[in-house]
Amino acid sequence: MTSLLRAPFAAIGRGGRTLMVGLGQWGRMVWEAIVSLRDVDVWLGLTLRQMTRVGVDSVPIALFIAMFTGIVLALQASYTFTGAIPLYFVGVLVGKTMMLELGPVLTGLALSGRVGANISAELGTMRVTEQIDALETMAYPPVAYLVVPRVLAGIIMFPLVTALAIGVGIAAGWLTSLQLLDMSTYEFVYGLTLFFQPFDVTFAMVKTISFGFVVTSIGCFYGFRTRGGAEGVGRSTTQAVVVSSMVILVLDAFWAITLL
Amino acid sequence: MAIELRDVYKAFGSKEVLRGFSAEARDGETLVILGGSGSGKSVTLKHIVGLLEPDRGEVWVDGLRVDELDREGLFELRRNVGYVFQFAALFDSMTVAENVGMGLKRLTGVSKEDRLRRVEECLARVDMAGYGERLPAELSGGQKKRVGIARAIATEPRYILYDEPTTGLDPMTRAVIDELINRMKAELGVTGIVITHDMESAFRVADRFAMIHDGKQQFQGSPDEIRSSADPMVRAFIEGRPELIEEAE
Repeated sequence: MTSLLRAPFAAIGRGGRTLMVGLGQWGRMVWEAIVSLRDVDVWLGLTLRQMTRVGVDSVPIALFIAMFTGIVLALQASYTFTGAIPLYFVGVLVGKTMMLELGPVLTGLALSGRVGANISAELGTMRVTEQIDALETMAYPPVAYLVVPRVLAGIIMFPLVTALAIGVGIAAGWLTSLQLLDMSTYEFVYGLTLFFQPFDVTFAMVKTISFGFVVTSIGCFYGFRTRGGAEGVGRSTTQAVVVSSMVILVLDAFWAITLL
Repeated sequence: MAIELRDVYKAFGSKEVLRGFSAEARDGETLVILGGSGSGKSVTLKHIVGLLEPDRGEVWVDGLRVDELDREGLFELRRNVGYVFQFAALFDSMTVAENVGMGLKRLTGVSKEDRLRRVEECLARVDMAGYGERLPAELSGGQKKRVGIARAIATEPRYILYDEPTTGLDPMTRAVIDELINRMKAELGVTGIVITHDMESAFRVADRFAMIHDGKQQFQGSPDEIRSSADPMVRAFIEGRPELIEEAE
C-alpha cells in the first residue's frame, strides 16, 4: 500500500531528475558553442550555407501558413464583431495578432518541425555512422563545425522568415477584407495603425530570436546524443520536435509575462 | 614505444569494457589487436586519439600522454594520426575529393592547389583515381574503405588506426585492402594498429599481435608466437574452435 502511494512521487522525482540532467547537458553544449565562437575559420563559411537551409528553404511553408492565418483572422474578426464594433477593427486584430502572437508562434512551430527535425536527423545520422568521430579525428571541433553554424543561422534567419510571414499574413488579411468583407484599404490600414507601437516589432523579434535559438540548439542537442541505428535517429528527431515545440509555447508565455 | 596503452580501464555505466588492458605498437610496425565482437577493440582505438578518456590507466602516443592533453594538444596529436573507420564514416554530403581533402583544410600553409594535388595523389595511391567527383553513396563497400584510407593518409600521418578494415567485404576486396595496408606501411613508413577478428586478414598484415579478452591483454607476440601459442583462448580464437576453451576448463 505504501509503495503504491509512493509510486507517483517516485515517477515525478525520476522525471524531474531526467529533466535536470537533460537541461544540464544542453546547457553544457550551449556553453561549448559559445566558447567555440573563437574558431571563426571553422564556422564562418558553413553559417552562410546553413542560413540558406534554415531560412531561405523555410520561406514557402512559413508564408503558406501565414497567408491562410491572415485570411481566417480577418473573417473571424468580422464574424465576431457582427456590426457592434466598427469594421476597421479587423485591421487592428489582424495586425496585432499576426505581429504579437500568430506570426512568431506559428512560424516557430512550423520551423521546429522542418528545421529542428532536419538538424536532429542529420546530426543523429552523422553520430551513428561515426561521421562526428571522423570530424574529431581530423582535428575539427565538432561543436564549432556542426552546432555553431546551425544555431547562428537560426538566430539570424528565424526573425527574417517571421517578418516575411507577418507581412504576408497581414497582406492576406487586407485582401480578404477588401474582397470578402466590403472594407476599404483606408479602413483596414486605419485599423492596422490605430494601436500600433514600435515595441510590437521589438516584442515579435525578441520572441523569434529566442525561438530560433531553442529550435536549432535543441535539434543539435538531440542529434549529438543519438545512440543506436535508424531507431535511435527516429527517436531523437521526434524528441527534438516535441521538446522544441513545448519550449516555444513556454517561451511564448514567458515573454508575454515579462515584456507586456 | 610509438603507441602504448598501460593498464587502461573503461566502463560505460555498469558495463566494464576494458579492465586493465595494455598493449604497445613499435615504430614502423603494424600491430593487430584481436578480440571477439564487443570485446572493446574499437573502444581501445578511440582512446588512442582521445575520442574516449580512460577511467584509469595511461595512453601514450609519441611520448605524449593522450589522456592528459588539452584541446589544442589533442588537435595537434590528431594531425599525426589517421583513422580508418569500420564503415568508412565518409561525409555523405561531400564528394570523394572533398572527403579526402577535409583533413588538409585544417593544416596551415597548404594552398588550394596543393590540397587538390594531394587529394589526387592519395586517391591514386588507393587505386581510386578518377572517383573524386562521386558521392559516397555511389561507391561500393570496398571503394568506401579505400577512400577512407585515402582520407586517413592525406595529412601524411605517422600513425594509422584501422577499425575492422575488412569487415563485410568479399575475399577479393579483403585481400586488396590488406595489400593497401601493407603498401601504406612500406611506402609511407607509418606505424599501424589494425583491429580485426578476421584471422586471414590479420596474418597478412601483422608484424605483431595483441589479443584482448575479458577487457585484458590475453596475448602479445609475433605471428609465429601466436601460431604456436598453447593458450586455449588464443588457439580457440585463431582456429575458430570455441570447444578448445571448454576442453581446457
